[in-house]
Amino acid sequence: MPFKLVILWTDALIYLLVAVIIAFILYARGKEPLRAPWRQVARSRMAMASLAVLFVYVAIGLLDSFHFRPVVQGAAKGGEVHYSPEVLSTLDVLVAPLRERVEKSYSEPFATHLYSKETLEADGKAVRDYPRLEFGGAHLKNPEQDRWSDIMTTTGVAVIQGVGLWLVLAGTVAGVLARHHRCAMVQIIRDMIAGRTALPWHVILATVGFLILLAALATDLGLKYHVFGTDKVGQDVLYQSLKSIRTGLVIGTLTTLVMLPFAVLLGIMAGYFRGWVDDVIQYVYTTLNSIPGVLLIAAAILTLQVYMQTHPEMFDTIAHRADMRLLFLCVILGITSWTGLCRLLRGETLKLSEIDYIQAASAFGVGHFRIIARHILPNVMHIVLISVVLDFSGLVLAEAVLSYVGVGVDPTMNSWGNMINAARLEMAREPIVWWSLSAAFVLMFVLVLAANLFSDAVRDAFDPRLRKQ
Amino acid sequence: MFPYIIRRILYAIPILVGVNLITFTLFFVLNSPDNMARMQLGMKHVTPEAIAAWKHERGYDKPLLYNSEAPGPEKVTDTIFYKKSLALFAFQFGAADDGRDIRYDIRQRMWPSLAIAVPVFFIGILVNITFALLMAFFRATYIDLWGVVLCVILMSISGLFYIIGGQYLIGKFLQLVPISGYQGGVDAFKFVVLPVLIGIAQGIGSGTRWYRTIFLEEMGKDYVRTARAKGLAEPLVLFKHVLKNAMIPILTGAVVVLPLLFMGSLISESFFGIPGLGSYTIDAINSQDFAKVRAMVFLGSVLYIVGLVLTDISYTLVDPRIRLG
Repeated sequence: MPFKLVILWTDALIYLLVAVIIAFILYARGKEPLRAPWRQVARSRMAMASLAVLFVYVAIGLLDSFHFRPVVQGAAKGGEVHYSPEVLSTLDVLVAPLRERVEKSYSEPFATHLYSKETLEADGKAVRDYPRLEFGGAHLKNPEQDRWSDIMTTTGVAVIQGVGLWLVLAGTVAGVLARHHRCAMVQIIRDMIAGRTALPWHVILATVGFLILLAALATDLGLKYHVFGTDKVGQDVLYQSLKSIRTGLVIGTLTTLVMLPFAVLLGIMAGYFRGWVDDVIQYVYTTLNSIPGVLLIAAAILTLQVYMQTHPEMFDTIAHRADMRLLFLCVILGITSWTGLCRLLRGETLKLSEIDYIQAASAFGVGHFRIIARHILPNVMHIVLISVVLDFSGLVLAEAVLSYVGVGVDPTMNSWGNMINAARLEMAREPIVWWSLSAAFVLMFVLVLAANLFSDAVRDAFDPRLRKQ
Repeated sequence: MFPYIIRRILYAIPILVGVNLITFTLFFVLNSPDNMARMQLGMKHVTPEAIAAWKHERGYDKPLLYNSEAPGPEKVTDTIFYKKSLALFAFQFGAADDGRDIRYDIRQRMWPSLAIAVPVFFIGILVNITFALLMAFFRATYIDLWGVVLCVILMSISGLFYIIGGQYLIGKFLQLVPISGYQGGVDAFKFVVLPVLIGIAQGIGSGTRWYRTIFLEEMGKDYVRTARAKGLAEPLVLFKHVLKNAMIPILTGAVVVLPLLFMGSLISESFFGIPGLGSYTIDAINSQDFAKVRAMVFLGSVLYIVGLVLTDISYTLVDPRIRLG
């Protein structure tokens, strides 16, 4: 085999999460009470536009979750195969041009020269000048003159490609809809533009169109230039920001996945059994809650760091070590963040178990487990769902802050927090090195904004208090 | 009232014991003093003698829970648990791993922290309530709709960006105030202004939205309908009746965090180079000074519990319907 598959811990959990979501969709398909709120979400224009953006992020994150180690070329002597110590993902392969074109040091976005002067050899004399980049704009003969016209032409080509792709996509959607509703395509297109379709297709297609345009621009320009510039060691910032997406998503989702079983189980148990069970569970979460979150995380990560440094033999590659730390960060973030949900569930269960149908069930002699599983759990699921989507954006933002404090993800891992942290040290330079920082902020902002807007729509649809109004 | 407070304080003790046990486990059981010494002295090429000396100097060379060699009651007291963990209850923080007295440092550093956290807190609440009232007054109009959208946008920006952006814009570009640093006395003002402004700006998004929800919830209640039915003007309803009643959830939400102001803000203090407790904690984390981190964890927990007790008391003060027995 030309490569060796590597399944990191977080990869495995991501697969599990995807499986859970698919299972839930299959389960919910036939249940009208579960479908109704989702239909309301689907009708919301804001939510669908956000969903389109989130899909792109998730797709990139998933592509980045299939890891393997390629064979080292030429090292396979005597039938023995060596695998590279570097763990790659499918995303790395797809964006190989971005990953491999490493410059010497900082360069601005679309630059053809390095950011700082170096001593160059010209006609036998040593001159201090800005050296040409090895890859960025390397196809230009005369960069000062040709650069802007080249960028404009490439942009034009990219726009045409993007629009073409979008037209094909929009046409396909219209065609499928026309067949589904058995009416003329022109009619469907007219409905779509006026926003009369069941799903807000005009908003979805506009968002998708915008995203396609961005992708086309990034591909076409990214092959010739460093669109977001390069960082201190000359790595393409666009590549770093793309790789950071997975880290952000993992923290936002796996943290919840890790803490959910505890929060749900303990919250319902406290509310249902009351008495000493309630006392113990309340004690546990008040204690955990009273430790300042950042400090608990810091203490736990410091401990982990010491442990990892004294046991280096446990990790085959750097990626394994970074991954372990990421997973541990998710777990510890989960420990600090499950208390809120647990308290909510306890309160709701207390209320529910007073209601007649549960009293009736226990009068009929239905077992505790069955009452919880059949009667209580489905009736608190909306709280779980709402808090899961609401927590996501906060967790993504928390990652950046924790990395700044020095207790975030591994410094070797690509993450927005690490990008900001590295760029912060260059703030004092003149002219300022702004691109890394801006790229991280913009990508983070778009993800968090989309998640916030989407979670608002989900909350409006699922919260029974809001539904009545 | 008084017996209730006593009881609440007694309830706090087991929680603090729990916190203490968690920190003890994290710092001493999962992570042996040997490892700590090795981290501090450099990972490789450390002689066992150096480790022993480091541990002895800081009192980490005792058994964890039970000292079988010591005489009499010292079997229990001459241990790491008693000396390092239980001593926190008496606020005996002892010396940090770098030899400085932690209690002295905390006392020195609390003032700069308060100088920033207190104005951010109070001015922030005022600003947020003002915006939220405006949005509630213009509810279901475009002002309200776009206000909410703006809040969501503000909420989606990373806190680090507010700090870096603010520092760049006001400190470096406009050069109105120094970018970072701190000085005591009257001069403190020019160093404090920027962190305070940024702290307020950071909280506007989520704060305003939260208060708006409270106001809207309050406005759906019966007494508001009665007030309108008897012909009161809308501003009067809003400012006289709704605001007063909404103060109950607002106040109780604010009281919880009040004691924690003391701890300062981790991020902004270290960005602005303010010698407060927040940057103290960050420095401790970065230099892996476990003694300081342990002290701050305990202090933070105590303050949080004080906040909880204060919240319960403030309930009875602002809401005469609640009686605590």
